[in-house]
Amino acid sequence: MTAARPLLLAVDLDGDGAHPAAWRDAGRPPGAVLGAAALRRAVAAAEAAGFALATFADAPLPPPDAAGRLEAGTRAAFASTITDRIGLAPELHVTTTEPFHLATQLASLDHASKGRAAWVVGAAADAASLATIGAAAPDAAALRREVRDVIDVARALWDSWEDDAVIKESATGRYLDAGRVHHVDFEGASFTVKGPLITPRPPQGQVVVLAAASLDVDDRADVVLVDEPDGGDRAGLTFAEVEVVLAASAAEAADRAARLDEGAPWPRTPGRLRHVGTPAGLAEALRSLAGRVDGVRLHPAVLTADLPALARDVLPALASDGLHRPPAPGGTLRDVLGLPRPASRHTTAT
Amino acid sequence: MSSPDTGAPYDPHAEVHLGVFQVGVGSLIWDHPDAAPHTAIDTFTGVARLLERGLFDAFFLGEGLRVRENRGRAYELDVAGRPDAITQLAALAAVTERIGLVATQNTTYNFPADLARRLASLDLLSDGRAGWNIVTTDNAWTGANFRHGGWLEHERRYERATEFVEAAKALWGSWEPDAVAESGDAKSWARPGSIREIERDTDLVRLRATATVPASRQGRPVLFQAGDSAGGRELAAAHADVVFSANTAFDKAVAYAADLRARLARHGRSPDSLRILPGASVVLGDTRAEAEEKARWIHHQQVSPARAIAFFEQYWGTDLSAYDPHGPLPGIDPSEDELDPSRGTLMPELRTGKLARIAGWRERSEREGLSMVDLARLVTTRHDPFVGTPGEVADRWGEYVRTRAVDGFNLLPDLLPASLEEVVDRLVPELQERGLYRTAYEGTTLREHLALPPGA
Repeated sequence: MTAARPLLLAVDLDGDGAHPAAWRDAGRPPGAVLGAAALRRAVAAAEAAGFALATFADAPLPPPDAAGRLEAGTRAAFASTITDRIGLAPELHVTTTEPFHLATQLASLDHASKGRAAWVVGAAADAASLATIGAAAPDAAALRREVRDVIDVARALWDSWEDDAVIKESATGRYLDAGRVHHVDFEGASFTVKGPLITPRPPQGQVVVLAAASLDVDDRADVVLVDEPDGGDRAGLTFAEVEVVLAASAAEAADRAARLDEGAPWPRTPGRLRHVGTPAGLAEALRSLAGRVDGVRLHPAVLTADLPALARDVLPALASDGLHRPPAPGGTLRDVLGLPRPASRHTTAT
Repeated sequence: MSSPDTGAPYDPHAEVHLGVFQVGVGSLIWDHPDAAPHTAIDTFTGVARLLERGLFDAFFLGEGLRVRENRGRAYELDVAGRPDAITQLAALAAVTERIGLVATQNTTYNFPADLARRLASLDLLSDGRAGWNIVTTDNAWTGANFRHGGWLEHERRYERATEFVEAAKALWGSWEPDAVAESGDAKSWARPGSIREIERDTDLVRLRATATVPASRQGRPVLFQAGDSAGGRELAAAHADVVFSANTAFDKAVAYAADLRARLARHGRSPDSLRILPGASVVLGDTRAEAEEKARWIHHQQVSPARAIAFFEQYWGTDLSAYDPHGPLPGIDPSEDELDPSRGTLMPELRTGKLARIAGWRERSEREGLSMVDLARLVTTRHDPFVGTPGEVADRWGEYVRTRAVDGFNLLPDLLPASLEEVVDRLVPELQERGLYRTAYEGTTLREHLALPPGA
């Protein structure tokens, strides 16, 4: 076949895997997922496989099957100094955090990773999640406003220091040029932020923002996680979402899935595709997505089983077709995704 | 000679515990070829590894939730810009093995369950090396960056801090030790009923949350407390494992230790359940005279003519850029307003009495013929830095710890990384020679480094 543009490949590295019974099949004690060693292994495997981006799903409360979970921003930060090419995207929720802290954390992740930070916009809106901050669940309209407001203020804060704000001018004794550090004076529906950020501008200028299409913020996101690979006309990149259970034959894969489902049912997430089958079959399915989407985020059912299979059998097959190009060390995530580095909105035209 | 009363008996075997407090902003020296880039991750990684080589207990990061200002604009003369502490320390956790990682985090402008969760995650990922330096903020100027704004009146911030810390401790202790199943064949991931939901419902702390992680190998993050007010001391006596005290001069350190240990007793805690680590700066030289000369140079760098003008602008409340820093104080009258907190959190003694202080300065500078920069250097002279040869400083520290006035120091480096390299390479060996400092890490957790009893 003629080579379409390479697919950008992302993988979610949450916990033992995307399947709620993943912990039963992980081949290690269930508590191991809460330590550094498991995270180190997962991140190293994803980077060695050539993924462009690792995401870290999260929620304010433990997953429903009571498995524990480390906070995603902390996981991504831990990964930043032991990797040099893979993008790192924690899911941070706009509803249960301080927008100022959220923007600072992501900017700091971008500095620590030298330009590889991204943000999966989380919008937990159920009563139990909001109760963790002593608040009531927002209605649909309020949630919509909140998501927009938090993205907008984060973007304003990332621009609040111009790139060249630190001048270190010996003659005048000025470390900073105050004319290049700006208040943001943001007024949202439920909060205001004065600014500027306490952290200098992120190396990428703007941290890469990924948002599900269902949040209806396509115009604010760099990457939209689409419900259906509809080839729709969007300004940013589109990624499809694919859950995977892999085995050497289709029958064995079906057996694996059935065994996992006995432990706990794996409910369908609307808009996510699911591949239960062989690596070759998955490669074929991904080929058919190329051209309809810019990238795919994979959700391995069990990380310790499916991530090695992706690395060994799926990504190399796509690479040999010219449909996958692993990132090179030292680049920024924007470089890898082909996204330009935006100038700060305050940059004075010269 | 009788030993001063510190509330604990003289201990001839006491050792010095060392941490480094990296404020990250302020009058650090940046205009020098040895100054490392202040926000680069490699600078932080280098410092953390240096401290591990020096067998330090802990690396602290400061916090300030608003960029400092002078007359409504970002303050230009100081180092500014720093990372989120927990994010940065998680990045450092991956490339270090022993050093304690302590994040300064605010109880006024955080949500308790959210902050407790991030700290617990750092604690697990570092395998028991996390600490939390608990601070409060009392000004709406900082609050302007947050949902809650300036909602908390001054008197209630330690009330909230106490409730906040109690909620965090409850969340950290909410998983029973054997809650998690040992194998994938178990009926469920966690034993039913082994994880408690935590609920608080007061006007200061409201939450209902289930912790997403169990305890780390050190139980929970080590708690540091830095406030010196009565409210701060009570919070320390009730909950802290370590105080990051401002009482560095020997007599003040003795009085502080005695006061704190009396408070501990009232809270039913043993005198050994709390470590006292005052902030300290160290300037070393081959001779006393050389060290003193270096200390003078550092202070002159930190109070440059431009910074002297800015210092007085903060007091005058007006633009003084037309005045000569090498000339006398401005003849014009200062504004009537007290100092605002925009240059950073103010010490309580600076909140009032501005006009009287200025009058005193006028009198002194006329009497002694001082220029603005001379006066600024005099009135900002740092209290009690340890200046001398490595051997002299080691001897003084020995007296501090063996009388139990302190358990060690939190160093405040002026020049990164040079100030710390000389401590590691020159002072640490002198301490070791005197039996005042470990020669290898014995434990792996921060709690073990600090020789603290198990946390509750």
